Amino acid sequence: MKKNGFLASLKNGVFDNNPTLVQLLGMCPTLAVTTSLTNAVGMGAAATAVLICSNMIISLCRKFIPRQVRIAAYIVIISGFVTAVELLMKAFFFDLYGALGLFIPLIVVNCIILARAEAFASKNPVLPSIFDGLSMGLGFTFALCLIAFFRELLGAGTLFGFPVLGSWYNPAIIFILPSGAFLTLGFIIAGVQKIRNTRQEKARSAQNDREEETA
Amino acid sequence: MNDKNPSGASYPELLTVSPSPHIRHSDTTRSVMTDVIIALVPALIWGVICFGPRAALVVILSVASCVLAEYVFEKITHRKVTIGDCSAAVTGLLLGLSLSSSVPYYMPVVGGVFAIVVAKQLFGGIGKNFMNPALAARVFLFAWPSEMNKFVKPFSRLSLFASGADVDTVATATPLVSLKTGALPDVSMTELILGEVGGCIGEVSVVLLLLGAAYLLCRRVISWHIPVSYIGVVALLTVLFPRNADTGSFVLSQLFSGGLVIGAFFMATDYSTSPITNKGKLIFGALCGALTVLIRYFGGYPEGVSFAILIANSLVYYIDRVTLPRVFGKGGAANG
Repeated sequence: MKKNGFLASLKNGVFDNNPTLVQLLGMCPTLAVTTSLTNAVGMGAAATAVLICSNMIISLCRKFIPRQVRIAAYIVIISGFVTAVELLMKAFFFDLYGALGLFIPLIVVNCIILARAEAFASKNPVLPSIFDGLSMGLGFTFALCLIAFFRELLGAGTLFGFPVLGSWYNPAIIFILPSGAFLTLGFIIAGVQKIRNTRQEKARSAQNDREEETA
Repeated sequence: MNDKNPSGASYPELLTVSPSPHIRHSDTTRSVMTDVIIALVPALIWGVICFGPRAALVVILSVASCVLAEYVFEKITHRKVTIGDCSAAVTGLLLGLSLSSSVPYYMPVVGGVFAIVVAKQLFGGIGKNFMNPALAARVFLFAWPSEMNKFVKPFSRLSLFASGADVDTVATATPLVSLKTGALPDVSMTELILGEVGGCIGEVSVVLLLLGAAYLLCRRVISWHIPVSYIGVVALLTVLFPRNADTGSFVLSQLFSGGLVIGAFFMATDYSTSPITNKGKLIFGALCGALTVLIRYFGGYPEGVSFAILIANSLVYYIDRVTLPRVFGKGGAANG
């Protein structure tokens, strides 16, 4: 692996190919658990842990898993780690476990994890797969926190449960309801697309300039 | 039209060749919107008489924030500024009229900005929005459900600086809250029709709204299809499934309470968010009516007009597809 391979992979996972905001994967937990920053961090951490471990094992087993049954094999591996994470969470972070509830077991069918298994871990060596899992997981966590930041701030006037907006603010509870999840997600995706488009245009015009200079 | 062709020679106008449309009408967006404003003024005046100066200020704030939001957004995005066509003012007026006079002042402002920026301009501006902006904003304002569901008694004029506690002393249940439980409202039918009841600023006076609607119908700004099928279906469903032994009073109370009249005549008939063909309009109105009754009977809120119209708005594309008229000379039974 190249020296700056990790940084490139991190940038790819968090910004350029953010699993939630650019690839639009894993919408179900994204919309459901982002009512507070605490939940977002918890969900992101759980998914990242599963993603790193499953990517590692799938990458190790990539030569032995027959193509025809690969999805089933991935699911078995992923669900093993999800069960482990679920039990650990129940033991050490019971409040968080209560808040996330059903969405912890549902990590098994999270598209981000399956997508990385299929698209990356099954074709790449162990170390890059682990890095890929980590950067995609961080990208997912980043997206969840971004959405949860706005939803918790506007919908409850708090961040991580601490009141930050003061008593003058009358919380717009639509933002912690499902409709607020769709609104916030829509605006954030629109913003991300806008930034990406401007960047691509800039890159294109810079390339054109360079070509003109050489010509 | 040019009476000279490019070469400079003069020809009689008979030979003018130009692309359609050939027949022009004096209607402009501005004239249509002005008619809508004129039609809403009586209901607005009644709202101010009934709920005091605070109602006027709520409507003014709503109109001003809509117009300002449209101006600022179009300036920022370098689009043509369209505040002159009065459409933003109509949106603001409808939004203000569909709020309670007791709402805190930030609500009409937030609602106005949401209506124009999110519901209208982000979809491309006038004519391209798929949801009625005023209604979308009203539903967004259910972000503060307790303020949205608080209505004051008629003629209990709140001062301009009334606090939440002042509002609570004059709060009242609207007729729809009684109807939800199957009871008849505790006001007489005359009071209900004249608008001496608690409710949103512009929705209470059925008589004055009908007067405005008659003006719009005479001016052919709106057609009868949507309101008639909307109100007709509400009447039909409440006659078929009354929740009170006194069916007649129950049905009339359903028709004259809440936002049904203002919704059916002024909001469901919005050009850009309703179907094009008359058949489509009838289907659209019936859909609004059925959804309104369903929400009033089984929904979480006592009123369902805003939600019903918005849901129907989002189905207009499909209604238009189904009711697309056959192109002359194409298809038909003979060709199977």
